[in-house]
Amino acid sequence: MDAMLQDVVAKYNYWIYVVLMMIGFYAMIGKRNLVKKLLGMNIFQTAIILFFVSIGVKRGGAIPILDKYKVLESGVDAAQIVNPLPHVLMLTAIVVSVSVTGVALAVMQRIHREYGTLEEDEILERIGE
Amino acid sequence: MKRRLERAAEQPLGDSAIVRTGVRLLVPFIQLFGLYIIVHGHYSPGGGFQGGVVLGSSFILLALAYDLKTSIRHFSLGANAALANTGVLIYTGVAVLCAIFGGLFLDYSALDKLIPLGPVEWRSFGIFLVEVGVGLAVMSIMVSLFWDLSSGGELDEGL
Amino acid sequence: MTFTNLHLYALATPLLTAFFVNLLGRLSRNWIAPLVVLSLCFSSVFSGVTLFNVLKHGAYRYTVGNWQPPFGIELVIDHLSALMMVLVSVVALVATLASLKCVERELPGREHLFFTLYLILIAGLIGLVLTGDAFNLYVLLEITSITTYGLIAMGKGRAPLASFNYIIMGSIGACFYLLGVGYLYILTGTLNMADIASRIAGLDAPAALATAFGFIMVGLWVKMAFFPLHSWLPNAYSLAPTGAGLMIAPLMTKVTVYLMIRVIFSVFTPSYAFFQHAGVQSAIVWVAAAAIVCASSLALAQRDLRRMLTFIIVAEVGYMVGGVWLANTQGMTGAILHIVNDALMTLCLFLAAAAIYYRTGSLKLENLNGLYRKMPVTMAAFTIGAFAMIGIPPTCGFFSKWYLIMGGIEAGQWGYVGALLFSSLVNAILFFRIIEIAFFPKGEHGHGHGHEPIRMEEAPFLILKPLVLTAIALIAVGFGTGPLVNNIIRLAIPAGF
Repeated sequence: MDAMLQDVVAKYNYWIYVVLMMIGFYAMIGKRNLVKKLLGMNIFQTAIILFFVSIGVKRGGAIPILDKYKVLESGVDAAQIVNPLPHVLMLTAIVVSVSVTGVALAVMQRIHREYGTLEEDEILERIGE
Repeated sequence: MKRRLERAAEQPLGDSAIVRTGVRLLVPFIQLFGLYIIVHGHYSPGGGFQGGVVLGSSFILLALAYDLKTSIRHFSLGANAALANTGVLIYTGVAVLCAIFGGLFLDYSALDKLIPLGPVEWRSFGIFLVEVGVGLAVMSIMVSLFWDLSSGGELDEGL
Repeated sequence: MTFTNLHLYALATPLLTAFFVNLLGRLSRNWIAPLVVLSLCFSSVFSGVTLFNVLKHGAYRYTVGNWQPPFGIELVIDHLSALMMVLVSVVALVATLASLKCVERELPGREHLFFTLYLILIAGLIGLVLTGDAFNLYVLLEITSITTYGLIAMGKGRAPLASFNYIIMGSIGACFYLLGVGYLYILTGTLNMADIASRIAGLDAPAALATAFGFIMVGLWVKMAFFPLHSWLPNAYSLAPTGAGLMIAPLMTKVTVYLMIRVIFSVFTPSYAFFQHAGVQSAIVWVAAAAIVCASSLALAQRDLRRMLTFIIVAEVGYMVGGVWLANTQGMTGAILHIVNDALMTLCLFLAAAAIYYRTGSLKLENLNGLYRKMPVTMAAFTIGAFAMIGIPPTCGFFSKWYLIMGGIEAGQWGYVGALLFSSLVNAILFFRIIEIAFFPKGEHGHGHGHEPIRMEEAPFLILKPLVLTAIALIAVGFGTGPLVNNIIRLAIPAGF
């Protein structure tokens, strides 16, 4: 029990990401409102961004911005610098999630114009009519 | 608290002189900052996407403080579409030019054959060109996303 | 112009043209058709030469921007990816000829937007086929998906709702894939596929590796609409504008199946994916069998031609996933061959549906009455496509099914073999029902005007020509199966497997 608790505390970033991801997943699958589904999708993507950013972190690491002259003089100590690659990857993932959100919002506006509502049940009712 | 909310609901939004003047003063500085981020993107934090978003946000701020028409007057629809496409064309065009001049795709040092500046300098300058392209595209796409979503695609009345 | 960059010109021409189409198409729509067709012609030629190059000189690798791997993005041009590249660009070209006509009628005034998305989608698909970098694959997957969302949402009526469901499901799939890549990155510290593969070999973390593999596979299965995760596909594909459906239906799922093969071959080795977990492997083949049976049965219940075809696509995904996971050479050959064949068969049937829809404005099965006399060429091509789907010998569908069944027998997976035979039977029922309705018109004599001759009303030339071409290709690929398998597909499957 104690060992497990320590495991949870030591890897708290993974637990936070899992919890966030499940919240997003629940909203995407369980909620009947399209806006809530979209928000769930955003939370889901944020969880993954958190996961990636947290794996690049080092204890006491500096930000990965290097001064050219200092590097030429003394070289780079990789252990002292946070790994920038996951952050760069997440920059791309953020761009992707922004564009998916944009497309989804535009699609949602068309749905609203067509059916006058964003509640899935009401839309299905209107389709059935 | 409740009374304050009611009073807020009665007041018309977006007609505040303070907000308008503040935005009018802020927008040039925001745009300057956006340009700074784009131009310094290839050797320090920042870059095309971030700078483009900052530039785009200045127009969005304009649309929020005044109205959609005002921001369209400052940044016409045609210019928006043209800039979005040119931005991406600059990026792809640079990549294809590199390939045509005998290098690999996006291998900027090949552009040395076009304008002799030195392969190392071209490596830096090529990224700069790409960042400018990305910045232009991101700016116009952010603005048009806001325009279309806030007016339901009608582009007449915004938020 | 040297040969080293050819495959990237095949990608860059549609990408560059997309933005010219958007710019010039605003000014005048006369620019759109020649630009689109020309760029895709160039793209097909470049891909063809690339395939020829690979056949002659063997596979090669390419670094974008001259940043050496594992730091730069690497492209892999081997037999499999070159074959897929030719498939994507040729199918796109053929589909485009027809979709020009459909879009002109269905989306007047929005053609430039449609074709911008369309060309970016093609560039994204070619990129997906080429890439050798796990994260790059995610980005390209999202590029193709976002353009597809847009294209589908351009349809009428319920299309935006179908597109929204696709957005939700597609994002879940992509995020799962990304998570899997994240786990791989923690384990190996690299994103290059070949580099990951070499580092996995010396790794002692079976649970983490299995998690990564599971996440990546589930993500790709959602994207390819593998059976229990398929719910978004039928609505999205059948409600999309006809022009978009022509291109999306044959290519999207097949390219994703290719990606699954790519991940299994290049990131995890086949010995890891298939033989480490023998129980999982046979379980997946069983799921594939269930997918085939369920999707075929659901197809029987449809009253709309295009909707019926979408359920057949879901069943075909079951064929291919099952074939890959049979884990023997026969099954793998069958799966890869079926990617090619199924893209052509789906294209043929969707083109026929587009032609019928263009003339009659309806795809309800009962409205196909007497169509053989009205549109003889269209229906002849449709019949060939149907025969290929069923698997009748001179057409190509027979050969890939043959390989799949042989693989199933070799692996002792009788459930899968049974499902394949069942599905062929159901396809036969489905298509002969349509052929019967279309060939023997009912109730013609009952009406007073029954005896007047039905006017021949073929679809326009631009739709008819690609349709006939595809039908001929179905038979040609059937006859060319031997060389195709011996010269390309056998070389694409890693040795010792």
